[in-house]
Amino acid sequence: MSIGHTLLGLLESGPRHGYDLKRTFDEKFGHDRPLHYGQVYSTMSRLLKNGLVEVDGIEAGGGPERKRYAITDAGVTDVERWLATPEAPEPYLQSTLYTKVVLALLTHRNAADILDTQRAEHLRMMRILTDRKRRGDLADQLICDHALFHLEADLRWLELTAARLDRLAEVVAR
Amino acid sequence: MTPAGSLLIADDLHKAYGPTVALDGAEFSIHPGEVVAVMGPSGSGKSTLLHCLAGIVPPDSGSIVYNGREMATMSDAERSALRRSEFGFVFQFGQLVPELTCVENVALPLRLNGTSRKEAERTALTWMERLEVDDLRGKRPGEVSGGQGQRVAVARALVTSPRVLFADEPTGALDSLNGERVMDLLTDAARSTNAAVVLVTHEARVAAYSDREIVVRDGKSRDMERVV
Ligand SMILES: Nc1ncnc2c1ncn2[C@@H]1O[C@H](COP(=O)(O)OP(=O)(O)O)[C@@H](O)[C@H]1O
Ligand SMILES: [Mg+2]
Repeated sequence: MSIGHTLLGLLESGPRHGYDLKRTFDEKFGHDRPLHYGQVYSTMSRLLKNGLVEVDGIEAGGGPERKRYAITDAGVTDVERWLATPEAPEPYLQSTLYTKVVLALLTHRNAADILDTQRAEHLRMMRILTDRKRRGDLADQLICDHALFHLEADLRWLELTAARLDRLAEVVAR
Repeated sequence: MTPAGSLLIADDLHKAYGPTVALDGAEFSIHPGEVVAVMGPSGSGKSTLLHCLAGIVPPDSGSIVYNGREMATMSDAERSALRRSEFGFVFQFGQLVPELTCVENVALPLRLNGTSRKEAERTALTWMERLEVDDLRGKRPGEVSGGQGQRVAVARALVTSPRVLFADEPTGALDSLNGERVMDLLTDAARSTNAAVVLVTHEARVAAYSDREIVVRDGKSRDMERVV
């Protein structure tokens, strides 16, 4: 999962301090794995260097968590591109996909489109594997089947999430 | 994919059953020889779309053009002739006539079109060989397994060399291994005759046998090629 893009996305609704970014990230995406302050600072300084955020103000007494960051136009474009690009279909994508969907809802983008783009990408991969399986020997078949069953599970998750987007939007907005 | 050169094109289809909206502006197109999966959750309108495309159920509004002709302008007799000779059908369950042997079942569409018994059964057997069920020729549907029965049903659907094969959840009642076997043989057989296949399924592993997919949700279709 891309912490950089996620933090950038959180800045789209308005400038935030480092500590506020960490708190919101942990709340929405951290679950059982909260960010370390160190991760926040190293990520923010990379984004700063790449011109995707700028420092908007510094509170008195300030360590790095006192800096207030704002997203730049280049930053918005970067989030946009990340959300629009499907992930390479591979197992255990859920946390990245979940993050993308929640972020899209938070930033009032079309979350259904993200799910559909990913869905098409998954099915494209499944076609390639099905074709390989049909030409291959038993070993190929078993290897392809393993991947196919995983991709199928992902696809079912995508479908279920698409059906629950309205509810997720409500929860996320809280 | 542009509809240009399509064999079957549907545009802005609407269909309601009383208060239930089954289709709400659905679109579809398929080229000769193409396998198109129609996916989507249960109750989204997939079967209704297939029934409309095949001329089984008339849409409330919208257009369906088969081979350059608007279906609504055809007479009932023309539409049923089309279903008998140009279209083939495979459904999820129970389409074989239990009193007939498997080869008689496969030969049935040809017999209904007036082909002699001998000729019809000879053609039927070549299709049963393709679907690898020719050894079941003398058995009745009740004596064969689900997977075998579905392969007999596919042979019967293809025996008239239709230009479009309509398959609604053809593997829905089978386990993965048998489902896969049916899909392998079905798509190979369809490709060998350049038949277009409209494949309704909610299973991704079945849809992966297609060339492309559309997704139906709440009676609206989405062409996934335009998404990426
Ligand atoms: N003959 C019918 N009479 C009444 N309602 C129907 C009929 N056929 C379908 N429906 C309704 O239309 C909607 C779409 O059904 P269907 O096309 O069978 O969906 P799917 O094949 O995707 O499961 C559903 O709400 C279903 O209950
Ligand atoms: Mg159905």
